[in-house]
Amino acid sequence: MEQFLINPECLVYDNHIETLSSTPFHYCPGCGHGVAHKVLMEVIHELGIQEDTIGVAPVGCSVFAYHYMNVDMQEAAHGRACAVATGIKRVLPEKYVFSYQGDGDLAAIGTAETVHAINRGENILIMFINNAIYGMTGGQMAPTTMPGQKTSTSPYGRDVLSMGNPLKITEMIAQLPGAYYVTRQSVHTPKAVRVLKKAILKAFQYQKEKKGTCFIEVVSNCPSGWKMTPVDTISYIENEMFKFFPPGDIKVPDAKPLVTVTAEQEN
Amino acid sequence: METKELKGKETRLMKGNEAMAEAAIRAGMDAYFGYPITPQSEVLEYLTEEIPNRKGLVLQAESEVAAINMVYGAAGAGARVMTSSSSPGVSLMQEGISYIASAELPCLLVNVSRGGPGLGTIQPSQGDYFQAVKGGGHGDYHLIVLAPSSVQEMVDFVFEGFRLAEKYRNPAMILADGALGQMMEKVELPAEGSLPHIVPDWATTGMKNKRPQNVITSLHIQPEKMEDINLHLQKKYQDMESEIKFEQEDTDDAEVILVAFGLSSRICKKVAELAREKGIKAGTFRPITLYPFPSEAISRLAGPNRKFLVVEMNAGQMVEDVRLAVNGKSEVHFYGRMGGMIPMPDEILAKLESVL
Ligand SMILES: Cc1ncc(C[n+]2csc(CCOP(=O)(O)OP(=O)(O)O)c2C)c(N)n1
Ligand code: SF4
Ligand SMILES: [Mg+2]
Repeated sequence: MEQFLINPECLVYDNHIETLSSTPFHYCPGCGHGVAHKVLMEVIHELGIQEDTIGVAPVGCSVFAYHYMNVDMQEAAHGRACAVATGIKRVLPEKYVFSYQGDGDLAAIGTAETVHAINRGENILIMFINNAIYGMTGGQMAPTTMPGQKTSTSPYGRDVLSMGNPLKITEMIAQLPGAYYVTRQSVHTPKAVRVLKKAILKAFQYQKEKKGTCFIEVVSNCPSGWKMTPVDTISYIENEMFKFFPPGDIKVPDAKPLVTVTAEQEN
Repeated sequence: METKELKGKETRLMKGNEAMAEAAIRAGMDAYFGYPITPQSEVLEYLTEEIPNRKGLVLQAESEVAAINMVYGAAGAGARVMTSSSSPGVSLMQEGISYIASAELPCLLVNVSRGGPGLGTIQPSQGDYFQAVKGGGHGDYHLIVLAPSSVQEMVDFVFEGFRLAEKYRNPAMILADGALGQMMEKVELPAEGSLPHIVPDWATTGMKNKRPQNVITSLHIQPEKMEDINLHLQKKYQDMESEIKFEQEDTDDAEVILVAFGLSSRICKKVAELAREKGIKAGTFRPITLYPFPSEAISRLAGPNRKFLVVEMNAGQMVEDVRLAVNGKSEVHFYGRMGGMIPMPDEILAKLESVL
């Protein structure tokens, strides 16, 4: 793909950073994945750790994350990103390792790998993109699908009696001693994105300090799977998803100023 | 960097599983990921005891699924990696093995197999031959499969397995069985550090000095690209044929050749001896690489005045490959025991006499 859609001489503002490739996202318009990718890569850019970071892509809509994230990456089997990240981190303990996973990947098929990697306190960052649906396969019910939410495999709405309640895996794993920093953020407003970015910065700082697993849930959307306009997904996040998945820190380190975020990064 | 003393050459009396584990440390294994299952748990046990004082790292995974995906991650990061299991556990690993074969990650897998199907029995079996040599998981791929018949070979094939895996960027498997894993024999252990390992330039070790991004993946959404990958793999499998290994004894004048691998081949040597004592001209043929399979060598031995008796601890799996190799030029017979039963020399001899 051409890097410059605009003639370089005419460019008044260039926000290109080396950690994001110039490949245009394949995500549907309004999808939260693109925003989550961007903010994650901005942090890696700002920390200057591109050379020292290895990412793990899941199976899900973000299976091609490595087309956009310009760091060394491995594509894991569905649900196994935490095991793959463990393998990488154990042989390259001085590198930064993150996994980037959807709700189906992390909280259904990969629950065991997620729980045990965190229980071992693997010194990695787990980015958990919760869009309450299986986006990639066409909008089936996910472990985090809302009660009553219609999906292609819960066409009458999620019936919690037979299908269970949305799985609060983030609250679950926060119980584990290996989890050092657990937070739930979102990407539905510019302000939320700024808060998310700070959380990611902290997580990498903790990883540098070898504190254990950092887990960031990102409440996201799926306009295609939810069959909504991107604008409508924002109110759905606020009115429905936040009921089950309220944003905010779930587990924060006791010690006070562990993070030394520079003024520039605070912006 | 910690400096841990490297062990020199040594002769020891060892259990197959422990000998394999010791060989792995000596072969410079960087990491081992595994999950307990009889009859191979001694590999993990031995490594968890030894490695804190030696080189490498060992991690007990939460399942074989996790273990094989840890192998994927570590191998993709350029490490020399190994896992081992027994039949049900190896079944559980198959999706991961398919990914590893497709992404072309070198690693060593070990199946100390037991009787199946299902939970089966912990007694030795060769019932996983098809799974090992035909791919096992989804898609067109092959492992390099080595079949030891002694504890010494379990040691030697750890070195050979790593060497071949790295040479071809392909997973290699040692297909042993519960008896080989548990039996004790005298072994000569090679010196530690005798198998050099260079971190490959395709590994995801971080984009040092602004080198282009490295990606480990098995996903190629365009069918044209995926077919190219397949053609490349198939070419690689052809190239591997230069690595074929087998052993044959007393075949020149043989009217009947016993074909067997692993544990059964040891029994067949005894059967050939007994047959010769009775005046039957019997020889033996033992495939050592089960994949690539020594088809040409078998084909050369085939002819109208010679019969083959294939002996396996399964319902007849390798016999299919022998039949393909013989291609109708000789009669091919089969004798097998299943479910963890080991055939006795006299039963095999009786079968041999019945087909002559
Ligand atoms: C073993 C296996 N089972 C099923 C699939 C099919 N599959 C691909 S992606 C996916 C769900 C992805 O949903 P999620 O993790 O929530 O990611 P999203 O697309 O919503 O970002 C499924 C079931 C697969 N690739 N592999
Ligand atoms: S299907 Fe949903 S999650 Fe996938 S790209 Fe489209 S909007 Fe995003
Ligand atoms: Mg999802």
